[in-house]
Amino acid sequence: MEPRRDPRGALVRPYAVTRGRTEPLQNIALEAVLSCTFTQSAEARFAGHDKYRIATVCEGRAQSLAEIAAYTRMPLGVTRVLVADMVAEGLLTLHTAAPATGFQERMNLLGRVLSGLREL
Amino acid sequence: MDFANYDPAGADRSREIISAKIVVAGGFGVGKTTLVGAISEITPLTTEALMTAAGVGIDDPSKVPGKETTTVAMDFGRITMAQDLILYLFGTPGQTRFWFMWDEIIRGAVGAAVLVDTRRITDAFAPLDYFENRKLPYVVALNRFDGAPLYEVEEVRESLAISPDVPLVWCDARNRESVKQVLVTVVEHAMLRLQAEHERGYPASVG
Repeated sequence: MEPRRDPRGALVRPYAVTRGRTEPLQNIALEAVLSCTFTQSAEARFAGHDKYRIATVCEGRAQSLAEIAAYTRMPLGVTRVLVADMVAEGLLTLHTAAPATGFQERMNLLGRVLSGLREL
Repeated sequence: MDFANYDPAGADRSREIISAKIVVAGGFGVGKTTLVGAISEITPLTTEALMTAAGVGIDDPSKVPGKETTTVAMDFGRITMAQDLILYLFGTPGQTRFWFMWDEIIRGAVGAAVLVDTRRITDAFAPLDYFENRKLPYVVALNRFDGAPLYEVEEVRESLAISPDVPLVWCDARNRESVKQVLVTVVEHAMLRLQAEHERGYPASVG
């Protein structure tokens, strides 16, 4: 396990917040959605500044990895490492991005997206 | 103590949220972010990725002192369609040398729209080549810039050497209805492609 506390100064190199790790525990897709319950976010308070910021962004509204990176102003790769850690630690819930793999499943998903667009 | 109704976010935990994405590609300044902004429920956001050794390609950072990383920015938007369905629109970085980033953006996408400025049609060659070589379904959208010549769609198809089965439409990237129509075309095309592949018995991912 990685130590939970992230060292930070006024100026940090991008991967300093991950203690130099650049490989995430799992490769989360850009559009994969993450959510955070009140309980999870309360726990994240003790997981360090950056993880708590991430939890705060996802609380009450599910957000994609890309949105988390944009709102926290952290580079995508850094965000992915932290988010994957948080999923492993139970601080965030990862929803699978477009999990449809079978023909009918994929058609259903496309059909839902199509009607969603038409209703806009 | 019954907290069953206390924590609505907690109750949502079991519900899977599915996200889908559509990619908006095209040359620099062709209106990708404008298109995304015309239909996104949020002001387009920017995510920055640092170019690391794995994605160096043309730029070899070891030969450039003091320049270890390059930042690649991509803009995206969001359309929440239902409580359990979110559509994301991702713009590709303008410069095609950031191919590694494109690969990440298109992975798992429903399809793509390649936006073309008819005044700078050659800018579309690289993005079109890219999609020709990928399995991702795509459509070509000609952005109707003020004062740009209004070619016949078939003329453009010929000059860009776009195959007849790729949909080609005019659009106004600033106009919500027009953008909506482009996205509808992308999804319809993706469905047709999927149906055709299914009938022919491939690809392998069809289960």
